[in-house]
Amino acid sequence: MTPRELLIQAAYIAASVLFILGLRSLTKAETARRGMQQAALGMVIAVAGTLLHHEILTYSWILAGLVIGSIIGYPLGVYVPMTAMPQRIAISHVFGALAATLVGIAEYYTHLHGGEPVSTPLMAALGFEVVFGALTVSGSFMAFSKLQELIPGRPLTYRGQNVANIALFAVTIGSFGYLLLHPGAEQVFYLMVGLALLSGILLVLPIGGADMPVVISLMNSYAGLASAATGFAIGNNVLIIAGALDGASGFILSIVMSKAMNRSFGNVLFGAFGSVVAGGSGKTAEGLTVREISVEDAAMQLAYARSVIVVPGYGLAVAQAQHTVRELADLIEKRGGEVKYAIHPVAGRMPGHMNVLLAEANVPYDRLVEMDEINPQFPAGGRGAGDRRQRRGEPGGPERPVEPDLRHADPERGPGPEGDRDEAKHEPGLRGHRERAVLQRKDVDALRGRQAVADAPRERGEDAVGQAPQGRTSRTSDVRAIRSWASR
Amino acid sequence: MTYLGFIEIYVFILAGFVGFMVITRVPPLLHTPLMSATNAISAISLVGSLVAAGSERNQVSTILGFVAVISATINAVGGFIITDRMLKMFRRQPEQVPGEKKP
Repeated sequence: MTPRELLIQAAYIAASVLFILGLRSLTKAETARRGMQQAALGMVIAVAGTLLHHEILTYSWILAGLVIGSIIGYPLGVYVPMTAMPQRIAISHVFGALAATLVGIAEYYTHLHGGEPVSTPLMAALGFEVVFGALTVSGSFMAFSKLQELIPGRPLTYRGQNVANIALFAVTIGSFGYLLLHPGAEQVFYLMVGLALLSGILLVLPIGGADMPVVISLMNSYAGLASAATGFAIGNNVLIIAGALDGASGFILSIVMSKAMNRSFGNVLFGAFGSVVAGGSGKTAEGLTVREISVEDAAMQLAYARSVIVVPGYGLAVAQAQHTVRELADLIEKRGGEVKYAIHPVAGRMPGHMNVLLAEANVPYDRLVEMDEINPQFPAGGRGAGDRRQRRGEPGGPERPVEPDLRHADPERGPGPEGDRDEAKHEPGLRGHRERAVLQRKDVDALRGRQAVADAPRERGEDAVGQAPQGRTSRTSDVRAIRSWASR
Repeated sequence: MTYLGFIEIYVFILAGFVGFMVITRVPPLLHTPLMSATNAISAISLVGSLVAAGSERNQVSTILGFVAVISATINAVGGFIITDRMLKMFRRQPEQVPGEKKP
């Protein structure tokens, strides 16, 4: 090993360690920022090391590419608003996977036309690389287009869709298999790339906007696997490590997301989610009444509440109400109340999106409580819903918390079906200061002088992605009304 | 250049385990930064793109490599910046002075 190679390998090892430490730092919000800066340093070291690579002869293309990439990348990092994070991530999956795919194709082409035969193991690595890569490129681009509303966000379905998708998938796998036996079949290779691209499009086509968190996580995982496969193909360990980390992360997030949406992971993995969505429509909270409350009412209840749990949904973010909610929270806190935020895992359009949006509105992160932690704190165990349940002969007494509300939440409408918590909230006896009030998105809407969306069955599929509700203008007079209440 | 060695498979599997263990501990609070972080990290495929773009093996490789360098750089630069931007926003509750609270 020449000193130069030694240096390159040392750079890669340093980069790998820094990446792992960087991800580790994300387990705590205090350490996260610093850790990610270390990871960025790792990236710089790895790139600097690679530039010493003996195979690199000209630097003009490299330099041009680095400069152009930085010029495009910088605004994508600095100016994209936080509400657009899902699109932003989706498009970056496109770029990441595109890089992997192109390297794979270049590698294949070079081997084939450079007189070096493509061995079967190399073919396997390249195959995984381009299939995962191409699938992610087109799939993520579809996700991006849906989120950006370039195409309709609702699921696009047609008869025999699943059969067509499975057939396409089978042909892709078949051509991969053929290539393993005959790595020299160039046409089949490009056919496979094309089929993988097509699969990505058709895979995401039937998926509605609300399911995008799962798709984005899955694409994250695929992009990682494509990177890892690149590492196998060119024999580079840092690529394998980074790809494996990325793949694991996407995989875990998709599991978390699908659990939160009450789907099996198999359902998610094979992309059959479209069919499930199509079936689950028009489900109004059966037999449960939703009581609308006026702004005055809400203001009064909130003004006397000791403990308020805000359950934000995506609509809140679209309406840019998070800042108003924070203002409201400040008022309640000034009066001695305590405000917490219950965050459903898929509130928003991607994993953890709502946390970021609220953090942007200056909500301290220790007020953001995750689903499993906050569920026992809902007022169901008090005098409200628990009593009623018992009266109805249902399980769940006054002493123990009823089944966690947030778990069956619909990310579109925010948590629901509007059941026990609403009953609890509007129970006449709730005025007592020991009770807790729960603020839901529609309450926030009401507070902002909008007609509460009561319980219009907004199906998750049909709701266009990122669709801003029409006619929602904030009325400062309502905020003022609340403010005047709060200051009494 | 390479023959798929078992070393690589070891590396992949072990890194996968490390990733799994580290990432399961990341709280949902930071899932969005996590995703953008892993995305930025996987821009390490830049390393492969650089070799493809600069090795003058053939024109196809150079051009594809060039495009790959651009897209990987976009992710590396933009990804780390936006992750940092997000993490900057997460802050703790400021310590409250007890006397300040209204009854």
